[in-house]
Amino acid sequence: MGLNGLIGPVPLSWYLMLSAILFTLGVAGFLLRKNLITVFMSIELMLNAVNLTFVAFSRHYKQVDGQIFTFFVMVVAAAEAAVGLAIILTVFKNRSTLLVDDVDSLRL
Amino acid sequence: MDAILFLIFAAIAVACAINLVVQKHPITSALSLVGVMGALAVIYLLLGAEFIAAAQLIVYAGAIMVLFVFVIMLLNAGEEKKPARPSWFAKILGVPLVIAVLGLLNFFVQHGSPDSTITFGEYTGTAKDVGRALFTTYLLPFEITSVLILVAILGAVVLARKEMD
Repeated sequence: MGLNGLIGPVPLSWYLMLSAILFTLGVAGFLLRKNLITVFMSIELMLNAVNLTFVAFSRHYKQVDGQIFTFFVMVVAAAEAAVGLAIILTVFKNRSTLLVDDVDSLRL
Repeated sequence: MDAILFLIFAAIAVACAINLVVQKHPITSALSLVGVMGALAVIYLLLGAEFIAAAQLIVYAGAIMVLFVFVIMLLNAGEEKKPARPSWFAKILGVPLVIAVLGLLNFFVQHGSPDSTITFGEYTGTAKDVGRALFTTYLLPFEITSVLILVAILGAVVLARKEMD
């Protein structure tokens, strides 16, 4: 692509690649981390990566629908964060731990 | 100019995401996630999605991340005590598999995606268009969303309340 490619417009595939990298990092965080809150934040990172794909394709096809989908994903993420963090609070109240390895049974 | 801006903020986003995965302390991870979201907001602006960029900063970086930081401080979550000890299987196969998955994604994106470039400022998807679509075509999902948020508020209050008896 050379120096000329660095000044011109951005190819769609670059956005998709960035999205793929962020999503992979989110999966890695989800699988590697042991803290419940960090695992939850990795999920948010994956949602953000998918949002980027939506907006990039919305731009590509000159349709506004992709942005609407991103908006709905944001709303659902906000609701999910509120309920998820409340669940984490309850787990910590009952078990006094945040490690996913220690929260492995459904029984209280 | 577009490509330079994109590369700068993509690098910031990826660096912050790696920091999120690597750091031991949850509060550092949370601040890294704020960095990712800020960089992504700039990239949304490059894509011409003004409304989504603003909503990203206000809803994600503002509201959701404050909630995360609040819970981390409330629970006094410190560094992870037990060091994560991955199995030999994960150690040997994990990193090569991640690189293989990324390479495959790269291949399919390069060869399968429609060939187009994206220039700053030539897009019609402004806040006006988003608002019009939201309140005409997508009116019913929008209203259902408000019910969803009401349910989420009730659920959070019920789950996190103190037992009265």
